[in-house]
Amino acid sequence: MTDHNDRHHGDEHDRPLSGPALRVKALESLLVEKGLVDRKTLDELIDTYETKVGPRNGARVVARAWVDPAYKQRLLADGRAAIAEFGFFGYGEDMVVLENTPKVRNLVVCTLCSCYPWSVLGLPPVWYKSAPYRARAVIDPRGVLKELGGEIPDDVEVRVWDSTAELRYLVLPERPAGTESWSEEQLAEIVTRDAMIGVVQVTVPAGSRR
Amino acid sequence: MNGVHDMGGMHGMGPVEIETDEPVFHAEWEGRVFALRLASAFHGKWNANMNRYAVEQMPPAAYLAATYYERVLFALEKLLVEQELVAAKELETGRAEGKASVPGILRVAGVETLLCNRIRARLDDDVPPKFKAGDRVIARNIHPAGHTRLPRYARGRRGVIDRDYGVFVFPDTNAMSRDKKPQHLYGVRFAAGELWGPGVSARDSVYVNLWDDHLDPA
Repeated sequence: MTDHNDRHHGDEHDRPLSGPALRVKALESLLVEKGLVDRKTLDELIDTYETKVGPRNGARVVARAWVDPAYKQRLLADGRAAIAEFGFFGYGEDMVVLENTPKVRNLVVCTLCSCYPWSVLGLPPVWYKSAPYRARAVIDPRGVLKELGGEIPDDVEVRVWDSTAELRYLVLPERPAGTESWSEEQLAEIVTRDAMIGVVQVTVPAGSRR
Repeated sequence: MNGVHDMGGMHGMGPVEIETDEPVFHAEWEGRVFALRLASAFHGKWNANMNRYAVEQMPPAAYLAATYYERVLFALEKLLVEQELVAAKELETGRAEGKASVPGILRVAGVETLLCNRIRARLDDDVPPKFKAGDRVIARNIHPAGHTRLPRYARGRRGVIDRDYGVFVFPDTNAMSRDKKPQHLYGVRFAAGELWGPGVSARDSVYVNLWDDHLDPA
């Protein structure tokens, strides 16, 4: 009712903790007290994925593959070694790169848990870890793709990759038409996380600089 | 185990909804439990396969109702107690009854190394492959009560070896008894029609990573 009060009580720090928030707070205190974890290190781990490591890493890999045919060849032949050239923080995954073409669309899922290439794409979004995606991607990939990015023509092959091992997949999307004169940096700006999982294609945003 | 985590092909889960401008963590506690899991795993009391198996043992109704980070919390509490880093009573009361005896602790300087090695499972062991690219195989119709990376939808189905990725830790035994059982890991291509019957595109396929112990010649 009164703005002032609402704002005050709406403040996150005033709200009593409940459920998992309370349990996690208690667990952290216990583990610190037992000498099993260090708070500064926990902060560093969180900061790593909030600020240092995310889908911009993967976008740089894709953009380079688009402008440098020799790099693309290395990337498809040995994804792990070719991505290591960038020196991303915490990178150690065995990577397999899947190339989209006008006749092939690749789609990555982990039906059993939520395996995802952290050091190249950051932590996975909620939808990737959700039951609807894990259930449907393998049995109805065309339905999922249609809902998220548009219908796949009948003459295009859809390949779904279920991440059941310690191998991580990165989709190399098709380079959109009209970007022939763009620099590697400009190209990296339009490559999205969802395109590198394979659910959408890369498009040129309206009003994008050339 | 034939659990609800093995979701491939299930119906009725609803639409896939992408959140725009999604934050990395939706609440502070999600980041904290994410970090606690990694810092606790540093002690080497469990491996990535044991962690996945712990998540799978969440009661099915709770698993389906939980968010990803609630599952992480469940598995972490379970492993801490099972592997005796924390006593059940300590977890219950929140009060430490003594310091843990561990040789070291994850520090900021060790974060990058931990992340680099987190899921490394490739082995140098000289093990001959049972299959080569192009071989026709059938995924075993097995239903182990413990951990397995062979999804139910592929069991008993015929596929073709797409490629041999080399020698890897076998998760099914590594999760249960820390037995790495080194063997070849393959990409196996299953035609969509072989998995799902009529009504799917004849062009489409699902690639599953499977190990020698999951496969027989077809």
